[in-house]
Amino acid sequence: MATILLSVVMFWIWRGTVKSAYKAELCDKRGWHVNTFADDLHSLLDENLYRLLMTPSMFFIGVLTILPLIFMICMAFTNYSKIGDHLVLFDWVGLDNFATLFGGGSVLGGTFWSVLGWTLVWAFFATFTNYFAGMVLAIVINRKDTKAKGFWRFCFVISCAVPMFVSLLIMRTMLQPEGAVNVLLRNLGLIASDASLPFFTNATWARITVIVINIWVGVPYTLLQLTGVLQNIPADLYEAADLDRANKVQQFFKITLPYMLYVTTPYLIATFTGNVNNFNVIYLLSGGDPVTNLASTAGSTDLLVTWLYKLTIDKQYYNIGAVVGILTFIVLAVGSLLTYRNSKFYKEEGGF
Amino acid sequence: MKQKSAKRTKLVNNIIVHIVLAVLAAVWVFPVLWGIMTSFRAEKGSYVSSFFPKSYTLDNYVKRFTDTTLLNFPKMFMNTLVIAIFSCLLSTFLLLSVSYCLSRMRFKMRKPYMNMAMILGLFPGFMSMVAVYFILKAVGLTEGNLIRVALVPCYSGGAAIGFQVAKGFFDTTPYAIDEAAMLDGCTRWQIFTKITLPLSKPIVIYTILTSFIGPWVDFIFAKVICRANADQYTVAIGLWRMLEKEYIDNWYTCFAAGAVLISIPIALLFLKLQKYYVNGTGGAVKG
Repeated sequence: MATILLSVVMFWIWRGTVKSAYKAELCDKRGWHVNTFADDLHSLLDENLYRLLMTPSMFFIGVLTILPLIFMICMAFTNYSKIGDHLVLFDWVGLDNFATLFGGGSVLGGTFWSVLGWTLVWAFFATFTNYFAGMVLAIVINRKDTKAKGFWRFCFVISCAVPMFVSLLIMRTMLQPEGAVNVLLRNLGLIASDASLPFFTNATWARITVIVINIWVGVPYTLLQLTGVLQNIPADLYEAADLDRANKVQQFFKITLPYMLYVTTPYLIATFTGNVNNFNVIYLLSGGDPVTNLASTAGSTDLLVTWLYKLTIDKQYYNIGAVVGILTFIVLAVGSLLTYRNSKFYKEEGGF
Repeated sequence: MKQKSAKRTKLVNNIIVHIVLAVLAAVWVFPVLWGIMTSFRAEKGSYVSSFFPKSYTLDNYVKRFTDTTLLNFPKMFMNTLVIAIFSCLLSTFLLLSVSYCLSRMRFKMRKPYMNMAMILGLFPGFMSMVAVYFILKAVGLTEGNLIRVALVPCYSGGAAIGFQVAKGFFDTTPYAIDEAAMLDGCTRWQIFTKITLPLSKPIVIYTILTSFIGPWVDFIFAKVICRANADQYTVAIGLWRMLEKEYIDNWYTCFAAGAVLISIPIALLFLKLQKYYVNGTGGAVKG
């Protein structure tokens, strides 16, 4: 691997020197000024500035992002895994790993489909609940008659000033069977004194809990981001609607929503992608629990990414992990391309 | 008569809206408040029988800094601070220079670069983490103090992939200024450092702050790279470990104290940053 890389780099340098020598020769023949080395260096600060500035980040991206990705993609076609003890010596196996996952006959195959299904459900709900809750909240706070706008905004924003992993960990301990929320409910007499609500121990409860808590975590950010966009909606649209006796609800569905969906399509796609890859919320909150099927490697709130983490870091099934990563990429690429193509944003550029 | 009833519905509406807002605000503030209260609580353990602490104390904060037998908090704090400063410098430089080039200059690799960044953004971020670990190990950066050196490029190496916001901002500064400067004999480098950067203060501050916060709140990368080297842990892993089953009973209130301590600087930065946050993202998607 390293030899190939070095040869490519050497070849590239050699090609560069020959090219520049040829250029200098041409200039010399025509009697033009031949650039000295100092001239070349100086041009790096001027018309060739992009070479100077892009190189370091290309280097880092190449070494720390692209190279590992190629490495992992290759891994998907080998048997480098703890299964069958291939951690030292391993071999190419072609598409076998993909077949295992898609087959459905094995435990891994069955797990894959259920995890994929939940990932899509989660991403859909996480994106849209946040989007609508944040938008409605932004509208209500910015209403003309709402008093103390700054105070309300501060109340919501204060929670995203706390680092996300801290607030998630606090939430997790609060929702444990003996945690603060259950204690509070018992003290209020809403549930029996020895009962507790199964926030993370029942599959359905756990799924709803993570979505609800994601609203708690995400809405302040959405509020901040959408406030600016909402204020850009031309005010005369609302004045016209007022004259036509449209009430607030009608105005929301006929003016605000179409406008927002139109303007924020790229933002929505980015959020959806972010939610499919939302490692923090799931891993810190439920850790993928509860595990309903003991034989499988994923719990019922595991997303593809957290499953990938468990497969590679905990179980050392590197090849299966790589396959899951590639499939996540494919799901995301297809999903975002489709939504982008079908959005009004793409079809009628610049036309609201 | 009609006016009066209209006024009354308006009043009722307003009252309802404010009550709903108050309830929601309570829901949002409550866990934060609870975390702060826990950090002052005298009783140990995470499971409490009463909702409010029975007695208050500052011991948790003292223990935080003095008890270093199990988890050395001051050391972790310093680790994180050093990593944060260096990765902040590196990623600010990378990000701003790349966005400037993409916004102001036209060259062969421009479009391919932008497409590549979009595709890379779709891969799950830590899919490559194991491979990154092997690469760093091959270079010899995974032992002892070098781990700190290894974490800096991990946090900032990919910074230039998220160029969109900064590029959008540079796009809005008028090109005529650049042309005028070029007529006066400025080189591109001088334009970048003397004109574009001072004009784009909000985005520079935004970039610096977000890249500074990164190492404080990330714990996945740090965990994979540090493995068992406890003396190289960052604050995030340290806090996370305190909630593991064997430590939680003794360390829960301390965890809260630590959480409050690292939240304070981040909260201050965030409140300062809020203005730029709205401006920076709002500018890019104007309708």
